[in-house]
Amino acid sequence: MRRLKRFADLSMTLGLGLLILAAWELAVRVFAIPAIIVPAPTAVLGALRDGILSGELLTHLWVTLAEVLLGFAFGAAFGLVCGVMIGLFTLLENLVYPYIVAFQTVPKVAIAPIIVIWFGYGMASKVVITATIAFFPVLANTIVGLRAAPRDQVELMVAFTASRWQVFRLVRWPQALPFIFVGLEVAMVLAVIGAIVGEFVGSQAGLGYLILQRDFNLDMAGVFAILLLLSALGIGLHALMMALQRRVVFWVDHRGDRVVGA
Amino acid sequence: MNDKVPVAAPPLIRATGLNKTYATQDGQQIIALSDIDFEIAPGSFVTVVGPSGCGKSTLLKIMAGILPGGTGTLNMSGRPISGPSRNVGVVFQAPVLLPWRTALENVLVPIEIQRRGRTAHIDKARGLLRMVGLDGFEDKYPGELSGGMQQRVGIARALIHDPDLLLMDEPFGALDAMTRESMNLELLRIWTGSGKTVMLVTHSIPEAVFLADRVIVMSPRPGRITEIIDVDLPRPRRLSMMSTAPFGELTDTIRRHFGALGALDS
Repeated sequence: MRRLKRFADLSMTLGLGLLILAAWELAVRVFAIPAIIVPAPTAVLGALRDGILSGELLTHLWVTLAEVLLGFAFGAAFGLVCGVMIGLFTLLENLVYPYIVAFQTVPKVAIAPIIVIWFGYGMASKVVITATIAFFPVLANTIVGLRAAPRDQVELMVAFTASRWQVFRLVRWPQALPFIFVGLEVAMVLAVIGAIVGEFVGSQAGLGYLILQRDFNLDMAGVFAILLLLSALGIGLHALMMALQRRVVFWVDHRGDRVVGA
Repeated sequence: MNDKVPVAAPPLIRATGLNKTYATQDGQQIIALSDIDFEIAPGSFVTVVGPSGCGKSTLLKIMAGILPGGTGTLNMSGRPISGPSRNVGVVFQAPVLLPWRTALENVLVPIEIQRRGRTAHIDKARGLLRMVGLDGFEDKYPGELSGGMQQRVGIARALIHDPDLLLMDEPFGALDAMTRESMNLELLRIWTGSGKTVMLVTHSIPEAVFLADRVIVMSPRPGRITEIIDVDLPRPRRLSMMSTAPFGELTDTIRRHFGALGALDS
C-alpha cells in the first residue's frame, strides 16, 4: 500500500516534469524561438549527448567535482575543528567568533578575484574559494549543536562522575551530530556554487570555465547541457550526504509521522 | 568528636544546618534550602515529600554532588560531599536515556564512565534488565520503548555499578497511576535485601508513605523540613495497605502540614 503510494507520487512528479518539457519544446517550435535565446529540450539533450560522447563535458566535470570535494573537505574539516574548539571553550568564542562573523559577512564572490591572484588560475584557488564558503555553515551548526545537549543528560553523566571529556564524547558530540549534518548538507550545496564562481573569476578548466566559453560562442544548448550536468552533480552529492546522515544519525526520525491537520 | 548519642550504626548521610541560596537572573537571592537537618541510616528507604518549589530536588542534586552545597555540612559516610561519587546511582524524573544507544548500552554508561570494564559487566547489565522486567528488550533503542520501560532502563543503569546510595528524583512522576503503582512495588522488590540505601523525592503523599521507612516532609519558601515521620508499617508492603487505617493516619498527618498551603499538587 505504502509502496503503491510512493509509486503514484513519483509518477506524478515525473509526469509534471515531462509535461513542462513538452510545453517548452512545443513553444520553441510553434513560436520559432531562435536557438541562441532559448534552445529546445531536444537540442539540449543533443548537446549533452555530444559533450559526453566527445569526452569534453566529462573532462571538465572531473575538474569541477575535484574542486568541490576538496574544497568541501577542507572547509568542513576546518569548520568542524573550529566549531568544536569554540563550542567547548566560551573564552574562545568571545575572542574569535566576532571576527569569524565579520569575515562571513564579506561576500565570498567579492574576494574570489583576490584568491585567484594569490593562488593562481589552477585548481588551488578554486579549492580555497570553495573551502571558505563551505566553512561557515559547518562551523555555526557545530557550535549550536554542541550546546543542544539537554541539561539533565549532562547532569546525569556528571552524577555518574563523568569527566568533561567524557561528557563531550558521550553526550555533547552525539547530540551535535544532527546539527552538524544540517551544516554539511548546506555546505555541500554551497561548495558547488563556490567552485563555479571560482571558475568564472579565472580558470583554465572546469564546468564554469566551459559555460563562459560556450556563452561566448552563443552555444545556448551547450550551456543548458552543462546546467543539467551541474544540477545532476548537486543532486547526487546531496543524496550522498543524506544517505550518510541517515546512517550516522539513525536515531533521528527523518520521515516523521505527519501530524493530522498540520 | 564528642558523639554522646549511642547509635547502632553510623548514618550513611548526615545533614546539619544545611542552607542553600541561589541568585535569579535579575539578581534576587532565593533561599532554596533553610537549616536542613536529617540523617539516613544505611540500608533504609527514605522519601522526601513536599509541594513544588520546596527545594526537594535541589537537596537531591546537592547530595548527588552536581550542585554546590551552600553552607552547613552534608556528610556521606562521615566525609563531606564535595562532588559526584562513584558510590551513588541517580534516577531523574525523565528517563534521560541516550537515544543512539540500545537499552543494554545505556545501562552500561556508568561502567564506561568509571572504567570498570565493559565486557565484564555485560552479563550483569542483562541481569538487571531482566530484573526490571525488560527481558528481550536489550537491543531496543529508547525510541522503541514506552515511557515506563525507559524509566526501568534508567533504574537498571543506576544500579549497574552497585552503588550504596540510590538517589531518585520523582522517578515515576511522568507515569500514569497504574504503571506508577506497579513500579513502586517493583522498586521495593529490587530494594528488599539489596542492602542499598534509597532516597526518593516525590510530591505524592501516598507514594512517600507506601515506600518509606522514614518520610522527610518539606515545605516551600524557604525550603525547610517541617517534620520527619517514621513509618512503621510492616514489610513487605502491599497495595492493599493503602486503604488501611494506619496508612490513612500517616498520610493525614503529612497532609495537615500542607493544609495552610491548600492542596499538594497531586
